[in-house]
Amino acid sequence: MRTFIGIDLGSTTTKAVLMDENRAILGRGITNSRSNYDVAARVSKQEAKISARFTLFNHALGTKGGADRLLADLERNFRLEQFLSELAQLEQTCETYLDHPRFQEQKSALKEALTVVFRRIEVEAPGIYAPDAERKSDFFRDIAGSRFMNIAEAVGKEAGVSFEAMLNIYDKSIIDIESLVSPDEVVAEQLLNGLSRALREVKGVEVSEADAQVALQKVLGIELEETYVVGTGYGRVRLPFPKEHIRSEILCHGLGAHMMFPGTRTVLDIGGQDTKGIQVDETGIVVNFQMNDRCAAGCGRYLGYIADEMKIGLHELGPIAMKANKATRINSTCTVFAGAELRDRLALGESQADILAGLHRAIMLRAMSILSRSGGVANEFTFTGGVAKNESAVNELRKLIKENYGDLTINISDESIFTGALGGSEFARRAVMTTT
Amino acid sequence: MSQHNVIKSNSQDVQKEMITRNYDKITSGKVKVSSTFVPGNLNELLMCFDIANNLPEINAIQNAMRKKSGEMIMEAERGGHSEDVCTYVKADIGMMAKGNIAPNGKPFPDPDLLLLSYTGCFTFMKWFELLREEYKCPTVMLHVPYAADGKPTKNMRDYIVRQLKEEVIPALEKISGIKFDIDRLREYLRKSAIAEDNLVWMLEQAKRKPSPIDCYFGGVYYMGPIFTAFRGTDECIDYYKLLRDEIQERIDRGLGVQTPDGEMPEEKYRLVVEGPPNWTSFRDFWKMFYEAGAVVVASSYTKVGGVYDYDDFRHDPDHPLETLADYCLGVYTNRNLPTRVDMLARNVIEYEADGLLINSIKSCNSFSAGQLVMMREVEKLTGKPGAFIETDLVDPRYFSAANVKNRLESYFQMIDQKRRAGGSMPLAA
Repeated sequence: MRTFIGIDLGSTTTKAVLMDENRAILGRGITNSRSNYDVAARVSKQEAKISARFTLFNHALGTKGGADRLLADLERNFRLEQFLSELAQLEQTCETYLDHPRFQEQKSALKEALTVVFRRIEVEAPGIYAPDAERKSDFFRDIAGSRFMNIAEAVGKEAGVSFEAMLNIYDKSIIDIESLVSPDEVVAEQLLNGLSRALREVKGVEVSEADAQVALQKVLGIELEETYVVGTGYGRVRLPFPKEHIRSEILCHGLGAHMMFPGTRTVLDIGGQDTKGIQVDETGIVVNFQMNDRCAAGCGRYLGYIADEMKIGLHELGPIAMKANKATRINSTCTVFAGAELRDRLALGESQADILAGLHRAIMLRAMSILSRSGGVANEFTFTGGVAKNESAVNELRKLIKENYGDLTINISDESIFTGALGGSEFARRAVMTTT
Repeated sequence: MSQHNVIKSNSQDVQKEMITRNYDKITSGKVKVSSTFVPGNLNELLMCFDIANNLPEINAIQNAMRKKSGEMIMEAERGGHSEDVCTYVKADIGMMAKGNIAPNGKPFPDPDLLLLSYTGCFTFMKWFELLREEYKCPTVMLHVPYAADGKPTKNMRDYIVRQLKEEVIPALEKISGIKFDIDRLREYLRKSAIAEDNLVWMLEQAKRKPSPIDCYFGGVYYMGPIFTAFRGTDECIDYYKLLRDEIQERIDRGLGVQTPDGEMPEEKYRLVVEGPPNWTSFRDFWKMFYEAGAVVVASSYTKVGGVYDYDDFRHDPDHPLETLADYCLGVYTNRNLPTRVDMLARNVIEYEADGLLINSIKSCNSFSAGQLVMMREVEKLTGKPGAFIETDLVDPRYFSAANVKNRLESYFQMIDQKRRAGGSMPLAA
């Protein structure tokens, strides 16, 4: 079948959306691979295709007879299969680095220690992907990385090998692993294995094993033809795409926001490195925009920096800030100075939650300035980008919008991180299909 | 950047020789030298006293295009000038601190006079205060009232003429030892008007499709002689004659814009640009336009020295002092915002442009103040979309190529989208 793909190459993550001829979104893919944009584009595209296979499988099975449960379980088990396969590749890659002269002396001890570490992660893996398990991240690098750190330190100590050496090998290897894109055959095998696991685990599903296998085989047999691919985002010029396949992320975000919420007139997108205020008309065409200039203060990276300063995870920032009693006033608009101000405030005894609430407010004040320069905020207002997932940021934004523009409809999609890629996929579709 | 493959026209080479000759004259030690600013300068009057005209903004631009302004600015900052000060000023102060070497490699002489002929930019005044402190030389200030109500009044004109008679001319006589001869001034003004006619003809050729010229990136070359030390000279007349012939030839051959990389294959976008260009990455900046097929058909920067096309101003030999006053008063940044909006909107309409692009300069308030409002107004008046980019004059630290390119590409695609008017329907699922 013909598919249309939009790829949004951001500074933090790369997103892909795969759409069919009828403007139905079949799949979404995301990767945090930063090794290079070419790889990131391929990984996110493959992830979007995997996601499309799930959608197609869902269409084939329907939802009756517990099929929805089977599907959820298949997805979980597929992720487990995928994790184990990547873990095996990681182990192999780590072993190749052992031949480095640096590790010669410790080679056999390191090899033994690494084997222990990987066996333990393997044992933990089903638990990581258990039905109710919470994962802070779905990216292999994050999950494997945090397990590796935890286990390797203890194992290293017991075996008397340097933790640093193990870490060093891991760091080198993970970059190679991130650059691997699973071929379709491997994905198909993982899906079939995942299905077998799911069928063993799920109870009360009326779909027979044979029917499910046949349906999945059929879905795997559908060719997802890349009819047209459009690239957007920061890395778009480095894509191996011809020029006419590249669209500005401002237009893609404007169109994507319009597609998600057709009443959208103003879009705020806060990404890793930039903040954009975009005005669109009733058809999703951009009529005005403003973005931050030269300085990334107030963007997603600012939050990353603050999280590092506070030694907490990026995803913890919002929830902690939500516990604040008041928002500490943060005057610095510069990321680096904000770090210094944060330490000052902590030293003065202010609570972490209050300071974080203040920082989120500071970001949103910057965003409000960009919005007003782009022509203000009109109803409806749609907030997109990675920062839209941060509840404290959203909370501060809602307050500021109300204070400055009154009661407006504020749209935030769960899939807001895919807005640019969605717009890109529609541009890809339009490039081929004559009708809009 | 390699200069080898850059395509230049004959007139560009001629202009380069003119500039070199002027620097040689200034640094020869044989003539009196006055520092003075570009907008509304009194070149014809200085010529009456055989005084050479040295323009600090042009020196800053020359240094920027030679990639030298960055270190000069940092030198000025070491001397205590803030990051937000006009970077022309800092490039100038830094150049002085680094030996005051002219672009021809010879040291600049200390000026015999600082002639502050235009004060619509408040920074100019502060700038010359700094230079006066440095050189302890005579300083003459011609106060030009701001045309706040849109049109300069007779009062303003009389006020300037009186200052010319009572302050400026006596000071020039004293410094040069030459008696003022109004007929000599008339002769220069007559020559100015001849060159000015050709300049306006040139600007208006951009109404053609395709436009044979780019009126911003190309425009800064075309306006060079008239706004600097050459207005009123024979060589200026010759230059504009040559330029006119060159452009006429392009028109006859049906050619579009000539870029440093050769002929632009297709004119896809026609823009009106407000604000000065960035000089430190001038070539790269221009490339972002011509690679996309964008031509600037009119720009306010080509009116920065004086405005000729909006109200048909020409230097008038029959009213020599009054015409100098009118020239100063009519300078683009001396006009109020509604007038600037009207000029830009008329340009968008008359030159059939796709819209207004503003290049907002970080350290130039006389241009930048009010620009967003101007953009909105022009959008309303013309129905064409505007866009906004931010760079700086001569500070290389404030040119973010990725950011500028991102905005420009978005703008061009926005124009495409508007043309196709192909919006989108809500999602099916």
